[in-house]
Order: sequence, then structure tokens, then C-alpha cells
Amino acid sequence: MKKLGYFPGCSLMVTNRAYSISACNVARQLGIELSELSDWNCCGATAYLSLSEAKAFVMSARNLAIAESEGHDTLVAACSGCYVVLRKTGKYLDEKPQVRAQVNAALAAGDMSYKRTVKVRHLLDVMVNDCGEEAVKGCVKKPLQGLKVAAYYGCQVGRPFGEADDPEFPVTMDRLLGWLGATPVEFPVRATCCGGLTMTTEPELGMEMSGRILRVAREQGADCIATACPLCQINLEAYQDRIGRRLGADVRIPVVYFTQLMGRAFGLSSQEVMAGDSLTDVSAVLA
Amino acid sequence: MKTTKGRRLDAQATKALRQEFLDDVCALPDGERVKECIQCGTCSASCPSAGRMDYSPRAIIAALRAGDLEHVLESDTVWLCASCYGCTVRCPVGIPFTDIMYELKRLGMTRGMLPKARQAAVMASTFAETVNSLGRNNEVALIRKYYLRTNPFAAFGQMGFAMRLMKRGRLELSSHRIKGLDGLRKMLATVDGEGGR
Repeated sequence: MKKLGYFPGCSLMVTNRAYSISACNVARQLGIELSELSDWNCCGATAYLSLSEAKAFVMSARNLAIAESEGHDTLVAACSGCYVVLRKTGKYLDEKPQVRAQVNAALAAGDMSYKRTVKVRHLLDVMVNDCGEEAVKGCVKKPLQGLKVAAYYGCQVGRPFGEADDPEFPVTMDRLLGWLGATPVEFPVRATCCGGLTMTTEPELGMEMSGRILRVAREQGADCIATACPLCQINLEAYQDRIGRRLGADVRIPVVYFTQLMGRAFGLSSQEVMAGDSLTDVSAVLA
Repeated sequence: MKTTKGRRLDAQATKALRQEFLDDVCALPDGERVKECIQCGTCSASCPSAGRMDYSPRAIIAALRAGDLEHVLESDTVWLCASCYGCTVRCPVGIPFTDIMYELKRLGMTRGMLPKARQAAVMASTFAETVNSLGRNNEVALIRKYYLRTNPFAAFGQMGFAMRLMKRGRLELSSHRIKGLDGLRKMLATVDGEGGR
């Protein structure tokens, strides 16, 4: 069993636990143990970056330091927001000596240190590029034959770093879905923003952005949308009725994590992929 | 433009604000490229929020050059950025515009220069407060405080959503506090000690 450092992030502990639980169960099938960092803290998130960049970096650096002290050279983040903040911290620590000095001093105040040996990766990137076609296909017991999926990447899988996937036109999830036997539909809004936190702070704007994604998925004849980020997931699954009334169109569609689809193709039970947590009707997709 | 107080900074204060902003932006990786902006508008065309912004991303840089940062900070602009990084990856000059938006948010926060519609700023500070007290976020605590501080009546509109989450056991009703909270606080305090953003 290959062991990788794993950063679930706050929202995957309860509200979006379906992502984390399905991810860990699927990874196990592929011979990977996602080993949760002990006593990790919030990555800092977009909110902390809006207040204090230095503090956001200190928050993330503490997590990187824990990963390093536990002997991990890779830290896998499932949430795209955590992925970008942790990765950004690594970049600033590498490129900006002032940031490095400030963060090192902060870590020392809490008796920790970080030697910059940890690489931050997105879960989707690891599942596709490390596991690969052969291993994934080898785990498939119930191919998702005939299932048309809109692969939705959101922003931060590919942006700004372009390491986990292409910034403009990501494709890794489409490849993965193909290995599972599903059919990815043409989905031009695959990397268009879901609205993120504006769904709460500026609901009209948030619904406009999520509405576009739901509408296009329906127009393209998708049976479901697959996501790789807890915030995208909840924005797309939670407000479909309200958005539909606003658009004057039926935009109801099941929204699932890509790891839940992997689990179903691997023959895991609906409990093992936490199908019961969904706010949309996923009975036809995760049954 | 919608500004909170309708006041104008004097010439010296305007210059100081502009200089502080430029210094902070130039400290970002590739930040100094902001000086090379060609005003092509690719950022604005790529921005999913631009239609609702008083100043589009391109216009922010134009305003900066015109010495009018004050109006930008107090307008409905920077807090509408959803951090999608669309502008950043498309800018032909390589300006990390999303990071500049964060810089503008921080500048507005520290100087108290915020738009009338300040929900996103309240969200950010409430989030930080929650994380400071636990080491992690707790969504229930965050959202409860957020609505109390912005629009308590809007919380009723979210009751149905909350009930649907509750039914599925998806509401985080008890808070998890990290064991190393004291250590984390000591770390964060060193940043305050330097007065740094």
C-alpha cells in the first residue's frame, strides 16, 4: 500500500464528508492509503487571504510542516481551494525570501520548522496521472456503460498553476470517466466559475454563475455532473430549484463527486460512496 | 460611483495610498508587471463578475494610474471577485490580477475603506474569527454569525437548505478544536508583531 499525506480540509469533515469517504475508499482499491495529517488546521482559504496574506501563508505552512515531519513528500488536497492555497504557499516560500523568513520565524514560535520538501497535489491529478489507465481499468467491476457525465472541474484544479490540469481546458476527469466506461459529454463550461463564496455573499451573482453550468449540462444531455471540489459541489447541488425558477427552466440534475462515480464503477456499495448524503436525486447514478 | 462616505482623500493621502498599494503589489511574484499593463481588457472579458463591478479589472488599473484608488476600494468591485483566476492565466503581460484583487481587499480592510455592500468583507473577517478560535472552520458557526452581522432575515431563506443538510447528518453541530491551537496562535501572533499584512 502506497502512503500519501492527505489534507481533507474543513468542509470535508462533516458537510462534504461524502467526498472524503468515497475518495479514501476508492484510493484503497487502487493501493493508495490517504493518510490524514494529524492535527491539521484550516488552510487559510480565500477568506484569510483577503485579510492577511502572511497569516494565510503561516496557516498553510503549519500543515506543510506537519506533512514533512510525518515523512510525506506529497500532500494530497481534495478541495480545490485548499489545493491552491497550500500550493501557493509553497510557491511563495520558494520564490520570496522575505515570505520565507517571516513564515520560518512564525513556525519557530510554535516549535515547528519546514524545509520545503513537500509537493502539493490535487486528488484528481493523483488518481489520473499517478494511478493511470491500467490500474483504474483493473479495478472496474461495474462499468458505467451508457452514463453521460458532464465533467465539471471548476476554477482551481487548473488555475492558476496549470499543474494538475490545463488552466483553460482541463481534460483529466474526462479521461478518467472514459476508463470507468462512462461517456463524457461536450462541456464547454467545464472550467467556468461556479460563483464560489458569492453564492452566500452575493446570491444573485452566484446563482447566475452556477445556473450557467447547470443549464449547459442539461442542454448537453448529461445524466449527471461530476465535481472535484466541495464548494462547486454544494453550489451546484443545493440551489437547483431556486435557480430553475430564476431561469424559468428545469435545471435539476444529479451532482456527484468524481470519486463517487469511481466507487460505483469499482463495485463499492452506495454506503461506501455515501450516496445518501446527496441533495440531488442520485438514485439512477449511484444505485 | 457608490462610496461609503462620499469624502475625498487629500492629494497627499491619495499619493500615499497609491504608493502603499504599488509597494505591496510589487512584493508579489510577478507583481511588478502591473506597471506594464497594456489596457487590452482581456481580464475584464474573462471575469465572470465584471458585469456587476463598478470598475472592471482593466478599469481598476486605469483608475490606479489616474490616482483614483479610493473610489475603487469603496465601490462594488473588489469584493465581487470570486477568485477564479481567469484573468491571471489569460493576461498577455502576465499580471497576477487575482492576487492584486486580494491586495485591494486587504488594503480596504486595513484602512476601513469598504463598499456599502460589504457582505463579502464581513464573510472574510467572520471566517478568520472562527478559524482563530478553533484552528479550523465550522460552517454552522460561520454562517450563523455571518447572517447575524449582515442580514438576519436572509437566514430564514436558508432554513430549508439547512434542514435538508440536517436530515442527512451534514450539519457540523459540534466544533472541533485542534490540539495545537496555542502553537498556531503563537505563530500568527508573530505576524501581528511585525504589523504585517
